[in-house]
Amino acid sequence: MVTIELDPPDWPGHQAGQHLDVRLTAEDGYTAEREYSIASAPGEPVAITVERLEDGEVSPYLTGELRAGDQLELRGPVGGYFVWEPGDGGPLLLLAGGSGVVPLRSILRHRQRTGSDVPSCLLYSSRTLPDVIYRDELDTYHDGVQVSYTLTRGQPAGWTGHTGRINQALLAEVAWPAGANPLAYICGPTSFVEAAAAALVGLGYLPERVKTERFGSTGGH
Amino acid sequence: MDPVDGNAIGGLLIDIFGVEMTAASSTCGTCGARRPVAELVVYRRAPGTVVRCRTCGRVLMVFVTAGGLTCVDTAGLASLDQP
Amino acid sequence: MSPVSRGFRHLHRAPAGQEDRVPPGQYVTDGFPVLSAGPTPHTPLGRWTFSITQGGQTRKSWTWQEFRALPTETVTVDIHCVTRWSKLDTVWQGVSVDTLLDQVEHDAPYVMAFCDGGYTTNLPIEDVTGGQAWVAFGYDDGPLESEHGGPARLLVPHLYFWKSAKWVRGLDLRDTDEPGFWETYGYHIYGDPWKEQRYAGD
Repeated sequence: MVTIELDPPDWPGHQAGQHLDVRLTAEDGYTAEREYSIASAPGEPVAITVERLEDGEVSPYLTGELRAGDQLELRGPVGGYFVWEPGDGGPLLLLAGGSGVVPLRSILRHRQRTGSDVPSCLLYSSRTLPDVIYRDELDTYHDGVQVSYTLTRGQPAGWTGHTGRINQALLAEVAWPAGANPLAYICGPTSFVEAAAAALVGLGYLPERVKTERFGSTGGH
Repeated sequence: MDPVDGNAIGGLLIDIFGVEMTAASSTCGTCGARRPVAELVVYRRAPGTVVRCRTCGRVLMVFVTAGGLTCVDTAGLASLDQP
Repeated sequence: MSPVSRGFRHLHRAPAGQEDRVPPGQYVTDGFPVLSAGPTPHTPLGRWTFSITQGGQTRKSWTWQEFRALPTETVTVDIHCVTRWSKLDTVWQGVSVDTLLDQVEHDAPYVMAFCDGGYTTNLPIEDVTGGQAWVAFGYDDGPLESEHGGPARLLVPHLYFWKSAKWVRGLDLRDTDEPGFWETYGYHIYGDPWKEQRYAGD
């Protein structure tokens, strides 16, 4: 995963949770377009975090070829549904599957920068520990933010975090109870999002307070 | 190949409608289900982008871009309201 | 015209000496991209039928067992998707559409292929006969996977691959050339990749 800082001219600012669209054009006119969630908080320099997919078309270019000073064709910021402002309240439940952590990291940074005290809980699912990104940053949150991890494919010796995919039992243990009227944001691969959303609704979360963003299947486009 | 949701076509919708549409409320013309555009089922690895109702699966919108023009069909929607 | 992204190359090129096998505007891929307009259907074989229909009537129908008892062929063909990827030397097992249509007396000039999930595509009958089309149930020595159109799909390699309808359940004999699903939304009514007939008006 590579975080790329961008400097779009006349950037209008963005909201936490939004994304931007990147389009690459080859010399023969061939184009490829992908969406990337904005990793930075409103007010910070615009940044995206890109996961390199070996059989991908765009991510190998962004993570391997792109150099400082290069130009990128962008559209954005995009999104008015999967966004959070402190005024939206909480308590916040953030469920991240793999690269789905990117917009949720933007939300947590925005919460921090605005001095919001909305109680927040991030549960971040990854395959293995090396797949976890922003670890050092996430582990610095203390006041009102609980961060926990679950690893689904392999755990290091002595691992004290959770294991296995997010399911109703894990959420019953970690997530805010439905009675707290939480506001949930779920982001990651489609299958992850659907399983997690169904589990939250099964625990009594109101569907209209469960916001989802699906990234499609993992591995290639 | 899993479908995505309406968030992924937010940029396309800005191009078509001129405004942010993922938070807009859609109503399925077949089953009447109401949900934000962001929660619709989107198939975009196709010769065009096909948006389906998450409840009944019927086609709500189709976008085909060819030669700089985009053909938009929203006949499957009963309504699309800005919040 | 978008600015060129420095150093962005897409890697799909025709193998040396085989450029004449690749229609204009296409790129060769080693993969087999999955493109769909809807969820993958899963019709149990016990309920699967292939039918020739006309004017609301079923003229002839085969169950899966009856269909698989028909003579089959193995063919190696190049396929060309309108989204610009081409795949060379793909191997399929299927029943020739000639075998199916020969069992029905007809003089209809067109067919509309219809499929599980509601997809349709239109073709002239002379493009699905004369050894140019199959109902394919096997790919690369195995059963056709559902994401690629299994249990059976139409295979019409001389036209853009959206005409090779996945999850095909029959052909409706028609007097006129009505547009099917993608044709209705602006894709070319015929779709010859060698004339680059991608969109209506090309």
